[in-house]
Amino acid sequence: MAFKRQIDRLPIIPANARVNNVTCHYCIVGCGYKAYSWPINQQGGTAASENWAGVDLSEQQYQDTDAWYAPSMYNVVRQDGRDVHLVIKPDVDCVVNSGLGSIRGARMAENRRSEVTGTQLQRLTEPMVWRYGSWQPTSWDDALDLVAQVTARVVTEGSEDDLYVSMFDHGGSAGGYENTWGTGKLYFGAMKVKNVRIHNRPAYNSEVHATRDMGVGELNNAYEDAELADTIMVVGANPLETQTNYFLNHWIPNLQGATLSKKREMMPDEPHEAGRIIIVDPRRTVTVNACEETAGPENVLHLQINSGTDMVLFNALLTHIADQGWVDQDFIDNHTALGGELAADDAMGEVAGASGQEMLPRKPRTEGQPTDLTTFAEALARNRTSIEDAAEITGLNPADIIKAAEWIAMPKEGGFRRRTMIGYEKGIIWGNDNYRTNGALVNLALATGNIGREGGGCVRLGGHQEGYVRPSDAHVGRPAPYVDQLIIQGGGKVHHVWACDHYKTTLNATEFKRVYNHRTNMVKEAMDAAAGKTREELVDAIVAAVNAGGLFSVNVDIIHTKIGQGAHVILPAVESGEMDLTSMNGERRMRLVERYMDGPGVAQPDCLIAAGIAQNMERVLTEMGRTDYAAQFQGFDWLTVEDVFNDGYRQNAGGGEFVTYDRLRAMGNNGFQEPAVGLDGETIVGTPRLYADGKFGTEDGRALFCVAEWNGLQAPGKEEQRANHAFLINNGRSNINWQNWFLDQDNEFVRDRFPYPFIQMHPDDLAELGVAQGDLVEVWNADGATQAMVYPTDTVRPKETFMLFASPAGVQGNVINAGVNELVLPNYKQTWANIRKLSAAPATVTGLSFKSWEYDAG
Amino acid sequence: MKCGKLVDVGRRSFLRGGLMTGAGVAAAAVAGTGAAPAHAQTSLARVQNPSTRLANLADLVVNEPLDITYPDEDSPGVLLKLGTPVQGGVGPDGDVVAFSVMCPHKGWLMSYNTADKTLNCPGHFSRFDCEAGGQQVWGHATQNLPQFQLRVDETGDIFAEGADELIYGRLSNVLQA
Repeated sequence: MAFKRQIDRLPIIPANARVNNVTCHYCIVGCGYKAYSWPINQQGGTAASENWAGVDLSEQQYQDTDAWYAPSMYNVVRQDGRDVHLVIKPDVDCVVNSGLGSIRGARMAENRRSEVTGTQLQRLTEPMVWRYGSWQPTSWDDALDLVAQVTARVVTEGSEDDLYVSMFDHGGSAGGYENTWGTGKLYFGAMKVKNVRIHNRPAYNSEVHATRDMGVGELNNAYEDAELADTIMVVGANPLETQTNYFLNHWIPNLQGATLSKKREMMPDEPHEAGRIIIVDPRRTVTVNACEETAGPENVLHLQINSGTDMVLFNALLTHIADQGWVDQDFIDNHTALGGELAADDAMGEVAGASGQEMLPRKPRTEGQPTDLTTFAEALARNRTSIEDAAEITGLNPADIIKAAEWIAMPKEGGFRRRTMIGYEKGIIWGNDNYRTNGALVNLALATGNIGREGGGCVRLGGHQEGYVRPSDAHVGRPAPYVDQLIIQGGGKVHHVWACDHYKTTLNATEFKRVYNHRTNMVKEAMDAAAGKTREELVDAIVAAVNAGGLFSVNVDIIHTKIGQGAHVILPAVESGEMDLTSMNGERRMRLVERYMDGPGVAQPDCLIAAGIAQNMERVLTEMGRTDYAAQFQGFDWLTVEDVFNDGYRQNAGGGEFVTYDRLRAMGNNGFQEPAVGLDGETIVGTPRLYADGKFGTEDGRALFCVAEWNGLQAPGKEEQRANHAFLINNGRSNINWQNWFLDQDNEFVRDRFPYPFIQMHPDDLAELGVAQGDLVEVWNADGATQAMVYPTDTVRPKETFMLFASPAGVQGNVINAGVNELVLPNYKQTWANIRKLSAAPATVTGLSFKSWEYDAG
Repeated sequence: MKCGKLVDVGRRSFLRGGLMTGAGVAAAAVAGTGAAPAHAQTSLARVQNPSTRLANLADLVVNEPLDITYPDEDSPGVLLKLGTPVQGGVGPDGDVVAFSVMCPHKGWLMSYNTADKTLNCPGHFSRFDCEAGGQQVWGHATQNLPQFQLRVDETGDIFAEGADELIYGRLSNVLQA
């Protein structure tokens, strides 16, 4: 049954409502919103003088109006201890989204915690400790003391290697520069924790080591480049669903021809046409449909590739482009690696490369490579792949590969270089042979001179926003420890978990959960047995349990997560909107989200929780007589999150000295693009496009090409899994819910649409298995099992399914095997399993629409 | 159909000459409503919806959309006889439904696809299932499509008497001075 709110009117924002800047805290695009709040006993009126919009609201407002908001954009929240009305609506003046709201961001208000309207009551309000056989609310002092007592005992009796940490590295939500600094200063400053992992993967590593090693930071262009490109090439990404308003507001206008005047104005000396697009994806996504509707099918090339064979395609494209003489030889000669004697004579080699500020976000280091990084000539020779061989491996039509090469690099009329922007994301990042595949794609952009120039760029499209500034992580090493596997093997005694939910978002999840439950239960049982004992006796009992193979788990989050079910101490955090928070988006646009409401209960910003842990560690270590060690935990005497920002970002981020809260506040939802390079009065001057000067992030400033030789399915266990199971279980995101569902699992609108994760299946497969739409099926293989709801569609090919990732009602990671690449990057996309029916459509599925997602005016 | 054809559709074009969307939206004139614009009493907790005659059952042909407006002439909608019983359906076959045709995302006028009985938005590709209570099949709106509550009297006249979601472009479903 379609969920309906039965709301037939909303309070009107008064003319004098308080207004705060908000950057949406969900995806990397970072759309601008405005938060309007006003006292609960007041409201605006329909007369133009009585409302925020200054228009007559007794009349119907029309298409694209700024003078309307949906019920999802409204709530009643606490602000400085008082209930207030709150409306969070898209900002028409933000250059990112121009007033568009996504199905995720436009529900921000509804997804605020409200004791008045009853939304998000799942939010944590108080610290909790496992006590008397369940979680009991307690004070910060009590909870932090227990954390510090156990942690200090373990790291002093053993070493800091016994402390495992899972910590977010993202911006937005509860991340951002303030919180990554707070946690980073604790674990990489006061301590040198080595066994650490990031929120969505089992190690502390970059997802795009290759491009960084080649000297090309992965967020190198501006969103405007999507408006200026002759051709957009997108690989393993589905931007209509996952970077929605970047796609709608910057790609679609180009494909429509609506940016032609802008192209002619900015680049007057060359011919221009409406943009064309190449989409590399084994599945026909709604992005393909939208592009065809917009540009006409003749201007859309969907390369429906065999899963995991992207590198071969990129190599064939490079080969063909080079053989046709379409490379940008001037760019290659002047800005990429020189071989042998040429390098020794290179005048530019004496010039320092880019400062490193371009490696944004500022995380993890990039030294050592799994393959050779070299000159264009050598990479071309070793990567050389014929169209025919590529067609055989990728399953593509040879003519389509040639067409793609033409669209990427065949000179325009008059001999002008074609401007091609390349975007990529999880399809190759969490795909086969991450490093070489990423490198092979960047090769294409470098060979065609498409980095640092208008209409170019070779960029990851990104998931979340970024907001990373931490002390060096050099001690972690490379490859970084495979933390989740180490935990399975019995590693670690204390586990601090910051806004990570491995239970929904790790690979080999079936086994991970089994072991984690067992190890944390050992500690719970020890704590239960110590009921009524003193704090000292309790700590002794916990330490004895972890020495016997148990794991003491501290969970810092905004909700009680799935992995939080194993926790012994739970610490409540606030998120975006409940604290001042800075982040940057996919074009490095940095903004300040102003605090517009109170956090729940006594919840605190993560950075101040980290400070609390540090201060308690200092106290406990001092009491233990470890004064030298205790002294390492000083420097956390922040009073506000702005103190954290000033200690972290301003002191440690390249260009940070130019950035202050006051300046960011004044620059509103357009902010500036990192890195900051100076000031114009009080306006921060940023960097719209990286590498515009042709100097890349290598020692000599010359970019490197990547040798990418095809080795089939690279990660251990993948080929065996493929050979022994019937269905590809491709997987990824959907438009309606945010990634790991942390707030959406408590949102009726979302739960109503997908009460279970969908698995898209071809009708032929339904017939073969004897299942129908809405049926609950089990997806199983030798590594585990999970469940999903059958959604029939011919947009996937027979034997190739697509399952929604990270749903709490069916964790896709349960069937991902443990195999990773040489730098511990998980390979989610190449997964095979069998499928069997569990149940006919459950009650919550009755009445759901199972129609096509593709726009069709009929 | 190319997206963007409707970019220039004026604010009130649907009142001037019918919807300029593609196939699917009935070209029929707006069915007579007869009711004067209603103004809610502000003292009520919910707005007082008008009871508006949209059409007679005899006017409907299976899967042929009929343009309507409700709760007033500035709020375009569609009246449908779908042929099979559906959520919220009225009439002897339980198959008569009515929806707003302004997309709840950005207010673009949607067109009816007779093949799969969906309403499709040319602005940003959202689509809604007329056989599933207006559930958004895929799209950007943060609510399902407002469905008009219907009543059929003994003569077969169909009346709209409310909506189950906020209609795009108005902060009160019944406009108030």
